[in-house]
Amino acid sequence: MAALERIQDHGLLRFLTCGSVDDGKSTLIGRLLFDTRTILTDTLAQIERTSQRRGLSAVDLSLLTDGLSAEREQGITIDVAYRYFSTGTRKYIIADAPGHEQYTRNMVTAASTADLAILLVDARKGLSVQTRRHAAVCHLLGIRHLVVAVNKMDLVEYDQAVFERIRADFQDFAAGLGLSDTTHDVTFVPMSALNGDMVVDRGEALAWYEGPTLLELLETAPGAHGDAAAKAEQFRFPIQWVCRPQASDDPELHDYRGFCGRIESGTVQVGDRILALPAWIETKVKAIHIGGQPLTSAVADQSVTLLLEDEIDLSRGDMLVKAGSNGSTASAANGDGAVPEVTKQLDAMVCWFAETPLDRSRKYTIRHTTRSTRAAVGEIAYKLDVNTLEQQGAEKLAMNDIARVSFRLAQPVFCDSYAKNRATGAFVIIDEATFDTVGAGMVV
Amino acid sequence: MTTRVTLSHLDWLEAEAIHILREVAGQCENPALLFSGGKDSICLLRLAEKAFRPGKFPFPLLHIDTAHNYPEVIAFRDRRAAELGERLIVRSLEDSIARGTIVLKSPLESRNRFQSVTLLEAVEEFGFDCLIGGARRDEEKARAKERVFSFRDEFGQWDPKNQRPELWNLYNARVRKGEHMRAFPISNWTELDVWQYIAREGLELPSIYFTHKRQIVRKNGLLAPVTDLTPAKDGDVVEEIDVRFRTVGDIPCTAPVESTADTIDEIIAETASTAVSERGATRLDDQTSEASMEQRKKEGYF
Repeated sequence: MAALERIQDHGLLRFLTCGSVDDGKSTLIGRLLFDTRTILTDTLAQIERTSQRRGLSAVDLSLLTDGLSAEREQGITIDVAYRYFSTGTRKYIIADAPGHEQYTRNMVTAASTADLAILLVDARKGLSVQTRRHAAVCHLLGIRHLVVAVNKMDLVEYDQAVFERIRADFQDFAAGLGLSDTTHDVTFVPMSALNGDMVVDRGEALAWYEGPTLLELLETAPGAHGDAAAKAEQFRFPIQWVCRPQASDDPELHDYRGFCGRIESGTVQVGDRILALPAWIETKVKAIHIGGQPLTSAVADQSVTLLLEDEIDLSRGDMLVKAGSNGSTASAANGDGAVPEVTKQLDAMVCWFAETPLDRSRKYTIRHTTRSTRAAVGEIAYKLDVNTLEQQGAEKLAMNDIARVSFRLAQPVFCDSYAKNRATGAFVIIDEATFDTVGAGMVV
Repeated sequence: MTTRVTLSHLDWLEAEAIHILREVAGQCENPALLFSGGKDSICLLRLAEKAFRPGKFPFPLLHIDTAHNYPEVIAFRDRRAAELGERLIVRSLEDSIARGTIVLKSPLESRNRFQSVTLLEAVEEFGFDCLIGGARRDEEKARAKERVFSFRDEFGQWDPKNQRPELWNLYNARVRKGEHMRAFPISNWTELDVWQYIAREGLELPSIYFTHKRQIVRKNGLLAPVTDLTPAKDGDVVEEIDVRFRTVGDIPCTAPVESTADTIDEIIAETASTAVSERGATRLDDQTSEASMEQRKKEGYF
């Protein structure tokens, strides 16, 4: 039992690494896996063989994260890969995204599920256009915790002045981006991923640095719904599936009607007054179940089944929220944010993924929470230059572009701004001819 | 009856997997859940219970039987499906061999890579539009980049260069007739997570996951089991030692590891301190080339 106790009850943190091969990103991930003893001997033997075959003198830890053969040939990471490690107190999911500009869409994908981002900066080069782009995308995707990893300190003689200069540069830039101390936390760590300084172990070379190592930062960073800003999140429960086992032999189950879904944000307790959308019917939570086991309350991220006091006909795509504090359910304008906006108009920052540009004369399908609706494209207000953050006029939206676009919807959605709620502020765009996912949007 | 503000990692992984299973149910017309009797698919069954009980599963269970499986596993498979009261469909490679759609070079050739033929025949026969599988991204490098909802064309092929972007938890399972999705609810689980979940939920496993005496031959650092299908050859040194299986599959290509662990907790202790990855220790066919999994996946393997 000892082993079980030791490794139980980790929280979980999802983070994103931003940077290119040149910044040593793959080496950093390799170092995290290696120093937390995640790499197993046969995997290590495999990369040792490959390193030798390529005539390298030391084991190339970056080989651990190059997955597909096309990528190994080109020597670059071209898709999002997911890596896992665990420290004994926490489980980590790393989304490893490519750094080049033409892969903005992959970075957007990786950032969409991350709670924290590590921005790699080469100490010799300082902030690059790419660093700014990565910070901008992280900000756009609502990541509130950033770690600026000033890597390759070994190549600048571990000089504190270099680190301080990069820190000051980034702080100037962050202010321009709108990252404020109240909404974001940004920390800076000097390191050498190659030598292992300040990644997992402190090493000897950076004695002037008194802050935490990268791993110590990861161990204490708040996870999803864990930070102060998340406390303001309202209860959002999109219905995925309705459980109606009326054909069961058990007569008790004849009237059973369970609304299944994942709590996207907020909390719920038995007895809470809730409101069903779009029916605008108010009722109370009678019971909360997971796999038939009752709970008195449940929190964000849990997948549960809710049983309601009154018999209401609800289906997939409907949403349960808390009834407004003033008791008025017929109006969303009760001001406390308990009820999301019910709208057939969306104004959003959109990242385009497909090789075929957005066609404003066509209709698309928008998937928002568990709801799908047809959408007509309205105006493209402006395109965002992700390197300079300048707004440019645009008629077209091509692959990797990010732009502010409006949509008219056939059916209403129940949304919040993405800045307030990542789940009810997000949607994907599906091409009705190819069924491909061609874009992603964040409600402004 | 208590809830925490922050979920433990197992609670989080469980909640994510339940969400994925319900998305399959909500978005797909005719899905099936691949159940082999192995530990990963045993977890899937528990997750499906949590997602859909007290209702029935909105999909049948499907096993592609190589006919080279350990009898303990097949017996377990049938018993588990019966206990759950869910429909189990079994399609055997023997039928594909009889039809001539699988041609073996030798009768004892590893049947692992041929499973995709029978699987795709079953997809066509039943018109499945989604197969739920127990694959994990930590198993192999090619899998690390696979989506939770992974598109397959009419030949069952996976195109790693042309995957659908997958953001937040908004999955797109739309396909045309003849195409299908693969959905992987435990993508984000590691082998250790699986064992911890089995322990927490008290899940029953086929007996060969626990220590037992077995005749083996040591080959390239792996333990090759001596069975009727894989008898010892001249010159082989046969030993009888304590072993357990970390993964169960086709007999000729699945190797046990040396172990005296006879409880889940002992297995977890071994797994937490193990030095060799699950596939490295147990798959006799994955060592051929670094990219061999990617190759087979492109051909429709799960």
